[in-house]
Amino acid sequence: MAIKARVIVTLKPGVLDPQGKAIEGALSDLGFDGVGTARQGKVIDLTLDEDDVEAAHAAVTKMCEDLLANTVVERYQITLES
Amino acid sequence: MRSAVIVFPGSNREHDAARAITLAGGKPPHMVWHTDTELPAVDLVMLPGGFAHGDYLRAGAMAARSPVMRAVADHAGRGGLVLGVCNGFQVLTEARLLPGALMRNEGLTFLCKPVRLKVEARTAFTALYDRGDEIVVPAAHHDGNYRADTATLKRLEDEGRVVVRYTHNPNGSANDIAGIVNEAGTVMGLMPHPENAVEPIHVSRDGLALFESLVAVAR
Repeated sequence: MAIKARVIVTLKPGVLDPQGKAIEGALSDLGFDGVGTARQGKVIDLTLDEDDVEAAHAAVTKMCEDLLANTVVERYQITLES
Repeated sequence: MRSAVIVFPGSNREHDAARAITLAGGKPPHMVWHTDTELPAVDLVMLPGGFAHGDYLRAGAMAARSPVMRAVADHAGRGGLVLGVCNGFQVLTEARLLPGALMRNEGLTFLCKPVRLKVEARTAFTALYDRGDEIVVPAAHHDGNYRADTATLKRLEDEGRVVVRYTHNPNGSANDIAGIVNEAGTVMGLMPHPENAVEPIHVSRDGLALFESLVAVAR
């Protein structure tokens, strides 16, 4: 039974996000008032040949640390679905 | 000086790098493919500009995990010289051979123009410049906005590891940083392209002394 993992990578708070700023500007131009801030991130969906949830979580955590996120400026959040 | 230029799928300045090294008096470099696991015996490893692996995921992220990068890290660990320019700088930060990260330019646009830099530190890479020299070299990047946490920036400043700074910040880089070295002063990353400022046809020849410095140091 495969486990699906979703990794959400976002910039750490305080890290400048020029693309988020551009989105804020565009939303405001379109008349969407009241948007405080916009921050852009990435979603990475994985299917894992693994049926143990804990092992899957550990594996995806290592993937995030080693490649999927640059932890100098980004943080990540993992959700698993079996 | 013996050198190797690492070639990734998507590198595009590797021949400019090789030409600059040769013009400065170095031997013609070994061109080393990213899947190689060993380096020839060299004084300098250069990571050239370009868009390795299409900048997928993050600029330099895939390239930093290439097989050849273990050999580059070993070379750096032995005190060997490593120069990463533009995409090469991004690869060095992704490989954690240099601190910080290069993020999207503050203005969001691809920057392609000559920039003026101030040489701030004498290193193996800048031995033939004087501190305070101003040089003009081309910049060509989308992700050149150098970022690091406050403690890292303070360390870089206190230890004199900011080697070159923009006189007019074009991309939002913290502290106007254009190039830094590691603690040992043997691994340098910089965003603008000294290898494209070495011949009369170029915007200047201000970059040649960087390669001549390396040739002089390696001799």
